[in-house]
Amino acid sequence: MSLEIIQDKCTGCGLCLKACPFGSLSLEMRDKVGAPHPKFKRIVMVDVSCNLCGACVPTCKFEAMKLHRPDEPQPSVNLADFKGIWVYAEQREGVIQDVSFELLSKGRELADARQTDLVAVFLGHNIREKAEELFHHGADKVLLVDHPVLGVFDSDAYTDIFAELVKKHKPEVVLAGGTSVGRTFIPRVAIRVKTGLTADCTGLDIDEKDKLLLQTRPAFGGNIMATIICPNHRPQMATVRHKVFKKQKPDTARKGQIIEEAADLKAGRSKVVDVIHEMTNEINVAEADIIVSGGRGLGGPEKFQLLFDLAHELGAAVGASRGAVDAGWISSFHQVGQTGKTVCPKLYIACGISGAIQHLVGMSSSDMIVAINKDPAAPIFDVADYGIVGDLNEILPMLTKVLKEG
Amino acid sequence: MHIVVCVKQVPGTTKVQINPETNTLIRDGVEAIINPFDENALEAALVLKDTIGAKVTVICMGPPQAESALRETMARGADDVVLLCDRAFAGSDTWATSYALAQGVRALDKVDLVFCGKQAIDGDTAQVGPGVAEFLGWPVITYARKIEIKDQVVRVERVFEDGYEVIEAHLPAVLTTVKEMNVPRMASLKGRMRAKKAAIKLLDAAAAKADVNEIGLKGSPTRVVKIFTPPRKTSGVKVDGSEPLVAARELVAHLRNQKVI
Repeated sequence: MSLEIIQDKCTGCGLCLKACPFGSLSLEMRDKVGAPHPKFKRIVMVDVSCNLCGACVPTCKFEAMKLHRPDEPQPSVNLADFKGIWVYAEQREGVIQDVSFELLSKGRELADARQTDLVAVFLGHNIREKAEELFHHGADKVLLVDHPVLGVFDSDAYTDIFAELVKKHKPEVVLAGGTSVGRTFIPRVAIRVKTGLTADCTGLDIDEKDKLLLQTRPAFGGNIMATIICPNHRPQMATVRHKVFKKQKPDTARKGQIIEEAADLKAGRSKVVDVIHEMTNEINVAEADIIVSGGRGLGGPEKFQLLFDLAHELGAAVGASRGAVDAGWISSFHQVGQTGKTVCPKLYIACGISGAIQHLVGMSSSDMIVAINKDPAAPIFDVADYGIVGDLNEILPMLTKVLKEG
Repeated sequence: MHIVVCVKQVPGTTKVQINPETNTLIRDGVEAIINPFDENALEAALVLKDTIGAKVTVICMGPPQAESALRETMARGADDVVLLCDRAFAGSDTWATSYALAQGVRALDKVDLVFCGKQAIDGDTAQVGPGVAEFLGWPVITYARKIEIKDQVVRVERVFEDGYEVIEAHLPAVLTTVKEMNVPRMASLKGRMRAKKAAIKLLDAAAAKADVNEIGLKGSPTRVVKIFTPPRKTSGVKVDGSEPLVAARELVAHLRNQKVI
């Protein structure tokens, strides 16, 4: 497979350069036989970073680009053998994570579209009674493995058991939360069962024609969206972050079947010695519905109290920009952005945050963004649905007050 | 001890802007940088080199231009650098990339520890570190923010959503690093001189004993079928906040109206 530039047709207009998401195209001066030459003609060159995605081809008005696709390789397995939509139901210390319920609601749609079962895979120790919650949120079956070794997350043991279950039951689709746990062992499972895995999907749909899972995810910090498929390998696997899909109200009348799988597991090669919770009384920004976030514009660490007061009224988590974290005003657990957490709450209130691109990529997919900043030219206003130009020292206490009044 | 650091060259996205007319990335003047999280991975390896003694090899899969990233790591103190470069690697997804890097590691002298950044800032998948571990058959500890090594056992503080775990693993192992781990050093002048002259080891698919069916597009289970720019948000309203109480009341009314609170 290759991308061919037909030199005679290329005019060196450069339209295709703009379409390339990988920066693989450049304009260079070449002579008639394609050797570098300072004068003759400017044409497009492709470098090795080209991913052969084909985004450039339709932009060429001169039909100078041609993508040569080889015949699709034959599937490595019999695709029809793979049935059922699986969701990895992540529990931590016996508490099922919200992202798993969110995935069950999306998984329910996919399972209905494919007319197949929605199966929750539930790994842990002494967790059987919690399985009911998975039925309430849409699962038809729960595949339960209860084993002492699975009590605390162990990358080796979780990979072993999950890969075994996949090989035995052959699911068509596997979804998992893009949590620190999911992002650690799910990639290993995908490698072991030899299939594709798409990280941090924001859209999951079934293609009407060939019934493939269409996995859409942002790239380059959300500047570009890519839709990815896994045509010849099974299962089709994807991770999804918190809050991307909506959790449904539990239906407590719903029942299902628990299938308990025995497991012969040995403790892995890594051992958890200690678990320390650093954010005990606060809401985790990655899971929050509302986030009140502060940046350098706050002016000092003591001003975060204004945010905590407002957050308390709203039932919100407190976030921070990299500037505020680097200045030592608040711990990095609160950091939102490229080097911090990616969030997509229903409401994001940015206070004294100018809106550097590193921050924007972490929060711009929030449902509603409110910005409070005294600089009317701050880039944060470009992404804000509602901006207030003013002094946050005065506005934040007023907001808290108005909310208290009810 | 032999430590390998995997680095990726990425576009410096701090400068990425969107052309409002075409809705595409403006790439003019976007320089290629070392993935920032990989800088923390390199620093972690260099600290071990300084404290307990180790040979540090940096490996990078990428086009010939990635040589500049490798020279930078050498200027900071890496002993050896390897460029995994072959047209056959083009189009690799995370499965094929993990395989290729693992093959690269296998081609080196006995390795005790592999560091990767927690994720690359262009793809953001965080899949390659665990993937390399899986191909090597080694344990992986992700999101490391502090490490100690004693008697072939590595003790790691691993960050999760609201705290951290202390985990121990026997070497060899793969670790992925977060930014809080350290502050990457600057290159020394002496290092720069050395890096300028140093030969970059090239490893192509054959030299890495990589099966051609497992690399590049052929070895990648996933395919990109569509690339598009997300619909741009229309600009919202901007109000004057010089009357704080009025501004606060209006905002709360708006939020209640929109049913977000």
